[in-house]
Amino acid sequence: MDLTDLTAEGIRQALVSRQSSAEEVCQAHLKRIEEKNGEIGAFLTVCTERALEQAQNVDRAIAEGRALPPLAGVPVAVKDVLVTRGVRTTCASRILENYVPPYHATAVERLEAAGAVVLGKTNCDEFAMGSSTENSAFLPTRNPIDAERVPGGSSGGSAAAVGAHLAPIALGSDTGGSIRQPAAFCGVVGMMGTYGRVSRYGLVAFASSLDHVGPFARSVTDAARVLKVIAGRDSADSTSADVPVPDYEALLAGEISGLKVGVPREYFEGLSAETGDNIERGIRMLGELGCRIESITLPHTAYSIACYYIIATAEASSNLARYDGVRYGFRASSYEGLRDMYKKTRDAGFGAEVKRRIMLGTYVLSSGYYDAYYRKAQQVRALIARDFLNAFEKVDVIVTPVSPMPAFKLGERLDDPLQMYLADIYTVNASLAGIPGVSVPCGRTRTAPHLPIGMQILAPHFGEVRMLQVARAFEKAGGFELAG
Amino acid sequence: MGLTEENVRHVAELAHLDLADEEVRKFQPQLDAILAYVQKLNELDTSNVPPMAQVLSPAKATPPLRPDQMAECLPRELALANAPEQSAGFFKTPSVLERE
Repeated sequence: MDLTDLTAEGIRQALVSRQSSAEEVCQAHLKRIEEKNGEIGAFLTVCTERALEQAQNVDRAIAEGRALPPLAGVPVAVKDVLVTRGVRTTCASRILENYVPPYHATAVERLEAAGAVVLGKTNCDEFAMGSSTENSAFLPTRNPIDAERVPGGSSGGSAAAVGAHLAPIALGSDTGGSIRQPAAFCGVVGMMGTYGRVSRYGLVAFASSLDHVGPFARSVTDAARVLKVIAGRDSADSTSADVPVPDYEALLAGEISGLKVGVPREYFEGLSAETGDNIERGIRMLGELGCRIESITLPHTAYSIACYYIIATAEASSNLARYDGVRYGFRASSYEGLRDMYKKTRDAGFGAEVKRRIMLGTYVLSSGYYDAYYRKAQQVRALIARDFLNAFEKVDVIVTPVSPMPAFKLGERLDDPLQMYLADIYTVNASLAGIPGVSVPCGRTRTAPHLPIGMQILAPHFGEVRMLQVARAFEKAGGFELAG
Repeated sequence: MGLTEENVRHVAELAHLDLADEEVRKFQPQLDAILAYVQKLNELDTSNVPPMAQVLSPAKATPPLRPDQMAECLPRELALANAPEQSAGFFKTPSVLERE
């Protein structure tokens, strides 16, 4: 048995039956990271000793016969935008290259309290700004299925780590698709809950009204287990929702026959033929499982990218004002006075995409432009959210592609930022509306290297149970491995 | 109404970014293209649409206030541990009042 092939549930069984120790599980993953990380570039930091200590604690608990928490001994990879006490957290940016946070993000705190073993911190686009992980200041991450291709982004390191079996589960962050799109590109499960479902405390802020923390896994069951652990009210995040957390995993087997599945016609324009074919096959399979498939309309879809890139960059320009070379992070070495220190520090510390977004955000918030851009975008955001509310009066879930195309080649899209943004068309809508979404594998392209394709399932606010039930039924029926 | 290099320099100043000339030249057409694209929103009449300023679903809005109580906070040495420069328990910056 290769311990790196196990899911979180498989690891639990191996520990409970005493077939393996948590230390062996941890060692097996560390060894695989050592063998593969050079090629894939999924991790920026590996905390070997800390991880082994945590695993040994789990083994002691087992030896003492204590009840095991839900993720006891399960290794986890954490995107490097979530702060970790005593473990360097860079946001894949030069400006935080040597930042060692004094506290844990709530999601990390909860994972560790549930027995999970943090293996290290994963690569991403700088400050989670990007769709390919090529905007990391340190290195690109490569897709485990084809090293010539990107893993998606911005949580590309977490998706690649789970896809390449460097970790069974991972945490990522999703602002406009940054969990769902890399999950699709790497052939794994990735989800974001309703806005406020998971605390954002300790998630380094990019766009506060859009940021989410969520899991990657190789099965819907594992994703459901992680979600239950990390979800719930947190007094440290005033936007975290005071809504009970259901036992997502126990409810996974719920009947999906008779559910109404909406298919928005606007999501099937301008996508690659193979992506369209696979998603249509996936939808047919849901029909065979007893769902009623209904064509719906989300009329403001075409405006979502423009709306998203105004709101996200406006919030980013404000959130990233804190990097000023005073309290933490990099400071330029030579400057003339305070203001020049800020400017030189920020110019040298941020990469091109981050600067571009700060500039856009500053522009749309600047005097005389606020109403024309930011206020206008907030109004359109209301229309996009209303589209979903209207749709969910008629259907239970909505099924769409995740991305218009499978993983693209490194360097292929770097020169044209607008083209890169436009590829987020199917993921930003749910982010703007604040509804939950999950990306599940839905077949592969016909020709080598047989790239994975992701199907997105969206649900109404706090509809994660139903969303995951549909995802689980699809997985169980063989939808992940759809054959042409 | 295109975005000029001068506009780019002005925004960089507002954003505290000391952009090099080549960065200004690179960003100007890129930002201009993105700003032209987002004009698309003007196709929509939103005169009667209230702006969406918060995301929590209305039915499940979270009480915004917690009890105002004393709680532990970060010890000073930890709060200062990542500072590029510190002195006597404070963050140290270059002089705020610039000499004429």
